[in-house]
Amino acid sequence: MIAESQTAGEIGGVRTDFIRLEGFSFFYGASQAIFDLSMAIPDRQVTALIGPSGCGKSTLLRNMNRMNDLIDGVRHEGDIFIDGVSLYDPRVEVISLRKRVGMVFQKYNPFAKSIYENVVFSLRVAGRNKKQQLDEVVEESLRSAALWEEVKDRLHESAFGLSGGQQQRLCIARAIANRPQILLMDEPCAALDPLATLKIEELIRELRDQFTIVIVTHNMEQAARCSDRTAFMYLGRVIEYGRTEEIFNNPREAQTEAYISGRLT
Amino acid sequence: MANFQSKQLQKDGSSAQARRPRRTGEPWVWLCSAGLAVGVAMTLGFLGLIAVKGSERFWPREIELIDYSENGEGRQVAGIIVGESANEAQVFRGNKDLEGDAFLFLKKDSIRERTTPAEFFLAERLEWGNAIGVPVAVVQAGGLRMEAGAAGFNERLEATIKETGARRAAIEEIEKARIGRVNRAMEKVRIDQRAGRLDAASAASRQAVLQSDYDGLAAEARGLRQQQLEAKFIYRSVQGREQEQPVSNFVHISYPNQMGVFAKTGEMFRRIWSFVSEDPREANTEGGIFPAIFGTVLMTLVMSLMVTPFGVVAAIYLREYARQGWMVRFVRIAVNNLAGVPSIVFGVFGLAFFVYFVGARIDLWFFHDQLPTPTYGTGGIFWASLTLALLTLPVVIVATEEALAAVPRGVREAALACGASKWQMIQRVVLPASVPGILTGVILAMARGAGEVAPLMLVGVVKLAPTLAVDSIAPFIHPERKFMHLGFHIYDLGFQSPDSEAARPMVFATTLLLIVLVIAMNLTAILVRNRIRKRLTTNAF
Repeated sequence: MIAESQTAGEIGGVRTDFIRLEGFSFFYGASQAIFDLSMAIPDRQVTALIGPSGCGKSTLLRNMNRMNDLIDGVRHEGDIFIDGVSLYDPRVEVISLRKRVGMVFQKYNPFAKSIYENVVFSLRVAGRNKKQQLDEVVEESLRSAALWEEVKDRLHESAFGLSGGQQQRLCIARAIANRPQILLMDEPCAALDPLATLKIEELIRELRDQFTIVIVTHNMEQAARCSDRTAFMYLGRVIEYGRTEEIFNNPREAQTEAYISGRLT
Repeated sequence: MANFQSKQLQKDGSSAQARRPRRTGEPWVWLCSAGLAVGVAMTLGFLGLIAVKGSERFWPREIELIDYSENGEGRQVAGIIVGESANEAQVFRGNKDLEGDAFLFLKKDSIRERTTPAEFFLAERLEWGNAIGVPVAVVQAGGLRMEAGAAGFNERLEATIKETGARRAAIEEIEKARIGRVNRAMEKVRIDQRAGRLDAASAASRQAVLQSDYDGLAAEARGLRQQQLEAKFIYRSVQGREQEQPVSNFVHISYPNQMGVFAKTGEMFRRIWSFVSEDPREANTEGGIFPAIFGTVLMTLVMSLMVTPFGVVAAIYLREYARQGWMVRFVRIAVNNLAGVPSIVFGVFGLAFFVYFVGARIDLWFFHDQLPTPTYGTGGIFWASLTLALLTLPVVIVATEEALAAVPRGVREAALACGASKWQMIQRVVLPASVPGILTGVILAMARGAGEVAPLMLVGVVKLAPTLAVDSIAPFIHPERKFMHLGFHIYDLGFQSPDSEAARPMVFATTLLLIVLVIAMNLTAILVRNRIRKRLTTNAF
C-alpha cells in the first residue's frame, strides 16, 4: 500500500524520499507488528507518526536506527533506505548508522555525567577528544537545543540537577551533537509538563531546517502544531499519510477522521 | 510506626475489622517488630560485652592490699581484683617469678581488710609478666644508689628505664637489621657457590670477611647486653622479700593508687597506644599486636584488589554478554553455591593449588637456587589473600550483577543511539553507574574476608611473624612472607596460650580491635561509595 503517490524526486528543493520504506514488515517472534509498509519521508521536514497505542509507530521509529535489533527473536521483511542506501545492507555498520540517525526517547535519560560530558558523549565514543572542538560542539548543540543560556554556568555539574524539561532538551542536544542527518523522537514530551512541552515543540520547529525529524506522538495537537506531514497508523498499517493540514482538516479515510475526532482509541 | 499504621487502619476500617486483629495483620506486625527488637538487642549486647571486656585491659585499676586468713593464719596479698563471684574473688598479684602463679582465688569470707596504699607500683616487664610491689631503690651503672622516697627518685628511675629502652632498640637494630644483612649475604654466597657462580676459594674468602663482620656485630651486641644488666631496680614484694632486677627488664612503671581520673585516662591512652603499636611479648600474652593489625589490613587490601577486577569482569560477562540460557543459569547457581562452601575448604584448595602447585612451580623456575628451602612454595600473605579473594568472589559477582541489572534500559539505549558500541556503552555508561553497587559488594567481601581465620591457618598465618611483609629490605614488599592476623591471634591467645588467665584480657582487647578495624575499613569504603553516589546523583529530585 503506497499512501503517498509522490515517492521520488524533489518538490521545491526538498528531497521527498530521504527515508524510504519498501514493503516493510516487522515481527516480534510470531506476532507481526508492521504490515507491508511503504512510505517516503522527505528531507528537512517534520513527519509525525500518530495512532492509537500498539499501532506500531514506535516500532517503526525504532527500526529507523535499528534499535530493535537489540531485542531477541525479531525479524523483518522488505527494506528501509536512508538517502538511497539500505539500512540492512551488510556493508552498513550499525554504529555508523546510529551516528547518522540521532534519537530522543520518551523518558528523558541523561547519563550520570556532567552536562558537558552528556553532550559530547557521541563525539567521545567516536574518538573525538580535542577540547576546543568539544567546547564548540557543546555550545552549538546546547544553543540549538535552547538550553545554553540556562546551563552555561554549570556545564560541569551533574545533569541530574536539571528539571525534567531541561533534561529532555539536554537529551536533544546530545542527540544532535554529532550532526546526524535524521532525528528520531519517540514521544519526546510524554513525561513533561505543558510548559516544558511547549518549549520542546518550539525547538522542534527550529530544528526542522537542519534535520529530518520523525516524531512519534500521542498528542494530536502536538502533531498538528509542529509537523509538516502526518502519517496515521492503525494496527501496523499506515492508513493515511499526507500534509498535516490535510490530515487534520480534511481526512480522506473514515478511520483517520474517527481517530482525530477522538472516537477511535 | 507499625502501631500508628494499625491504628489508622482501625479508624478507617469497619468496626468489625477492628475487632478481628488477625485480619488487619496486627499480630504479625508485632511479631516482626519483636523479632527485630531481639536481633538489635543481641547485636548491641554482643558489641557492649566486647567493648566492656576489651577495654578492661586498658583502664588502670587500683592495687589493693588484702589481709586474709588461710587455715587460721593471717596473710597478705597485694593485687588487683579482676573478678568477683558470690563467694570468691580473683586477685591478680603478678610477680610470677616469686609466686609461680599470677592469680590468687580468695574466699570472700576469709578477707579481713582491704586498703589501697599509695606506694604500690605496677610494673610491666619484658619477662615474668607484671610485677606489683613497693619500690626500694635504684642502683645506677656506677653503683650510685638512690633510695625510694628521695627527691627525684621517680624521675631517675624513669630516665634509667628510658635509657635501657634505647639500648634495647639499639641491640635489636644490630641483631635484626645488621646481623640479618650479614646473614643474607652469607646465604647468598652459599647459594652462589652451590649454583656454581662462585668457586670454593673466593666463596671461602668472602665468607671469612662476612664472618668477621658478624663477629664484630655480635661482640657489639654482647657488650650492649652486658651494659643492660648494670643498672638495678630494687623493690619489695608484699611478703617483704627484697628483689633486685636489672632495670632493663622493666618497660613501664606506674602507681595506680596515686592516680586521679585524668592521670588514669592518660595511662589508659598510653596502654592503648602500646597495645596497637608494639610487638607482642611473652608468647603474645603481653605487649602489643601491631604485626597482627598490619597483617590483617594488608591481607584485606590485597584481597580486595584481587577480587574486585575478577568479580566485576566475570559479572559483566555473565550479565551483558553471555546468552541467557541454561549454561548461564547453571553458572549462576554454581557461583551462589560457592558462597556457601565452608571456608576451610577454600583453605585446603589454597594450600593444594596456590602453595603446592603454583608456589612450587614459581620456586622451581625463579627461586631454584634456594631450594629445598621454599620461597613461594609455602604459605604466605599473598597466597592467603588470593585464597580469600576466591572465597569472597561470589559476593562481588552477585553484587555487581545486581548493580548492572539496575542500570535502566533507557540509558543503555541512549548510549547505543549515540553511536556507542556495546563495549563503549558498558564502559562509559553502565559501569560508572554501577560503581556504588559494585563497592557495596566489595565492602561485604572485605567484611567477610577480614574475619576469616580457618582458611588462613592453612595458607600462611602464624603465631609470631618476626618480620612484616613490607619493610626496608629490598625489594621492600615480600608477598611470600608469613604473617600474623588478628582473628588467628584471638584463637591463639584463647586456646594456645600457656597462661590462659593472663591471656583473657588480651583476647577481649584483640577482639574489640578486630571489630573496630573491620568497622573502620568498612566505613572508609562506605564513605567512598557515598561520595561517588553523591557525585552521580547530585541534586536528584
